[in-house]
Amino acid sequence: MQNLTLLDGPKFQITIQRLCRQLIENHDDFTNSVLIGTQPRGIYLARRVAEELRKILPNKTILQGDMDVTFYRDDFRRGERQLVPNQTRIDFIIEGKKVILIDDVLWTGRTIRAAMDGMLYFGRPAKVELLVLVDRRYSRHLPVAADYVGIEVDSIASQKVVVSWKETDGEDKIILVSEK
Amino acid sequence: MFDINHGENSQTMAELSTRHLLGIKDLNLSDIELIFETADEFKSVLNRPIKKVPSLRDVTIANIFFENSTRTRLSFELAEKRLSADVVNFAASSSSVSKGETLIDTVNNILAMKVDMVVMRHPYAGAGIFLSKHVKAQIVNAGDGAHEHPTQALLDAFSIRERYGDVAGKKVAIVGDILHSRVALSNILCLKQLGAEVMVCGPTTLIPKYIGALGVKVEHDLLSALNWCDVANMLRIQLERQDIKYFPSLREYSMLYGLNKQILDSLDKEITIMHPGPINRGVEITSDVADSKQSIILDQVENGVAIRMAVLYLLAGQAQ
Repeated sequence: MQNLTLLDGPKFQITIQRLCRQLIENHDDFTNSVLIGTQPRGIYLARRVAEELRKILPNKTILQGDMDVTFYRDDFRRGERQLVPNQTRIDFIIEGKKVILIDDVLWTGRTIRAAMDGMLYFGRPAKVELLVLVDRRYSRHLPVAADYVGIEVDSIASQKVVVSWKETDGEDKIILVSEK
Repeated sequence: MFDINHGENSQTMAELSTRHLLGIKDLNLSDIELIFETADEFKSVLNRPIKKVPSLRDVTIANIFFENSTRTRLSFELAEKRLSADVVNFAASSSSVSKGETLIDTVNNILAMKVDMVVMRHPYAGAGIFLSKHVKAQIVNAGDGAHEHPTQALLDAFSIRERYGDVAGKKVAIVGDILHSRVALSNILCLKQLGAEVMVCGPTTLIPKYIGALGVKVEHDLLSALNWCDVANMLRIQLERQDIKYFPSLREYSMLYGLNKQILDSLDKEITIMHPGPINRGVEITSDVADSKQSIILDQVENGVAIRMAVLYLLAGQAQ
């Protein structure tokens, strides 16, 4: 097991702030835009982004929800073990809104496909964009691309990219874990 | 292989310890908790504008009912459709069973049409267990004679958990025809697993001998039972299963074991009233009690769909 730190400390915070500024460029004051984090790990990034946006736009309402994709996955009845569903919490109408889907790591693109499928059960969005903290390049199984990217990483399938958060893991950090 | 391995803290994985749901007897505590956690999420799906998920879109389920049912059959069918499964329904009265076909032949013929799961109700105890040993499909018991009715017990316990936050430590009295009731046995097993205290109450003739061996209290006086409990689960008198007279008249039964507003108001606490249905109004429970705010009878029906979705989803998701 070998761990390589890709991002931590002040740079981590700067990356999140940059993503927020990029969002504001395209979404102005967020009157018609909503943030949706994917369970289980994307919700921490979505909450952090929402928190940061509220600091930058103190008088605006930033709507943020959590989406669990377990019921929409394409590997049901195919895996070895079953996934326990997490909570979906979307307390607003998606119909006609610009949705920013948020996940921590973009790898094969299958979670994002499932999230887009699940999202349609809450209404027809005007537009959907994707924000990720880490883009594992050249590893897609589906034609999915992110609109906002924190960092790009070149990795091989046996490696893992782990994002840890101050709130749950004690430290903001992105590490690349290799088997040996 | 799959992109769930984002990190070391990826999504929790768990599955049921059993391939079929034949009875509560086969479930352990973590199975029941897994079903409840999954049902919580399905309940939220059922409260959305579009009450459907695509999970079981490549699964075909046959509902085989050798005995009459309204609630359970509808509830299973709705659960299956809301999981996007393909559903075929079969009622014994209108089938070749009346021409003398055996149970295994009937079911194997249905399975030859590529059915993955069978939901079965049968008048004989153990019919589901027998079937599970002879056919390849996964079996869900929707009631077998006076033996078990596992999804009913799960939805009853789930409703108690919803009302009180937890089942452990709650006192539940099951009142009525315990002898002929599959709901009673499944409820006792499920509630005991979850740490509740259980009492059965009814006339001596309708309480099975040695039921105390299951760890339940026995009471023959309705008022004492109601004073003891937090939740009273009122069962129907199963006249269709009674081959001899167990009590002099329904009127007398109703006088001694029927729950009415007067008795309910005489208690010094507010208890919760449950009933698995169908209700015989005026026999085991009066209309004003069944429709009172203490009654969670319709919540039980609502939770039934979520519980059945959870059970079917968890069974279908097991490695094939």
